[in-house]
Amino acid sequence: MAAQAQITPTDYITHHLTNLRVTVGEGGFWTLNLDTIVMGWVVGLAGLGLIWLVARSATAGVPGRLQSFIEMFFEFVDGTVRDVFPGSRAFLGPLALTIFTWVFMMNLMDLIPIDWVALASEVVNHYILGNPAHSAYWKAVPSTDLNTTFAMSFSVLFLIIFFSFKAKGAGGFVHELFTAPFGANPLLWIPNFALNLIELLAKPVSLGMRLFGNMYAGELIFMLLGLLGMIASVSLGGLLAGGASALFTWAWAVFHILIILLQAFIFMVLSVVYIAMAHEHH
Amino acid sequence: MNINATLFVQALSFAFLIWFTVKFIWPPLNRAIDERNKRIADGLAAAERGKAALVEAERRGDAALKEARERASGVLGDSEKRGTQIVEEARNEAKAEAERIVAAAREQIASELAKAKTELREQVAALAVAGAEKILQREVDAKAHADMLGKLKAQL
Repeated sequence: MAAQAQITPTDYITHHLTNLRVTVGEGGFWTLNLDTIVMGWVVGLAGLGLIWLVARSATAGVPGRLQSFIEMFFEFVDGTVRDVFPGSRAFLGPLALTIFTWVFMMNLMDLIPIDWVALASEVVNHYILGNPAHSAYWKAVPSTDLNTTFAMSFSVLFLIIFFSFKAKGAGGFVHELFTAPFGANPLLWIPNFALNLIELLAKPVSLGMRLFGNMYAGELIFMLLGLLGMIASVSLGGLLAGGASALFTWAWAVFHILIILLQAFIFMVLSVVYIAMAHEHH
Repeated sequence: MNINATLFVQALSFAFLIWFTVKFIWPPLNRAIDERNKRIADGLAAAERGKAALVEAERRGDAALKEARERASGVLGDSEKRGTQIVEEARNEAKAEAERIVAAAREQIASELAKAKTELREQVAALAVAGAEKILQREVDAKAHADMLGKLKAQL
């Protein structure tokens, strides 16, 4: 990274952690992280689009290799949902499939070397669009943005509440909010409600924070290893630093394959579990 | 890592992706897999039925074979018996015919013999007459001596 040779480590980290922002209204809140949104659409459509292409021409006869693979994935998701939720999977199944595919595809972007992304955005921003050098920001991994993970996990909260209403009715749900888990005594209504509120909110917060934390930390480690690479030079110590950076980045990327799969799976399973729990009566 | 309006956009993206999967991805895949499962189940059931039918057909084939064998051996026994009978009849007939022929031949021989004897007798009688004529040097009256000649013929 010749362009980054003169910048400080702080600049490097900050640069990689900054989203491409577009202000759409008054105040800091009305800002859009354009890179998160665009990458979310791109990877989501790439992942689900591939599955769609296969599903569209899916045959009940002898399946091809790609269809077999997609069906294997489908049956894995379907089986996971079936183990958790005994009812109809007409919605929960596709929900789980969407979550797994989208989260996995977003996480997968973490395996693209961060400096390639930075270089590509610099080329587009500086050399094609003609903006000043080093003003390009592009975070390629939407799941390292809390907005994405919370958008998903609070959507799951919305679904939890929706299915609670659907399974128990408005009265049943409210009744449960105030009478479970301690009992129906009016004195216990407030503690019951407080506990249920915490429980309800803890679900999306933990869900969103877990994915965000894992991906953010993973990204950060790639950055730190990239920093190690920055001090590489044509000297014994410099070569060692460069070699270590390359080796550790490779090793962490291999390990990261496990993490991105695992996090996608965890997000899917927990969402399904939460929604399945919403169907249960206390 | 600030929370901002991106949250809403991403929630909408998420909702769109869920809708897309519910509508266009899940049903066709589910249908294809269910239908294949059904086809496989049908195929296995058909194979099971085919196997049962094969066993049944083998059983019936064995029974038919056994019956045919029994009937064949019955027919064979009958025909052997009948054959023996025919041979026996033919033999009896042949024997009777042979006896008849032999009897006829014997009869003929007997009649021929009798005829030959008669002729011989007559010839001897004639010879005797001729001999006597020679001896007596005179005509023998055959009629006068017919009585004697007849006695002579009877003696021969």
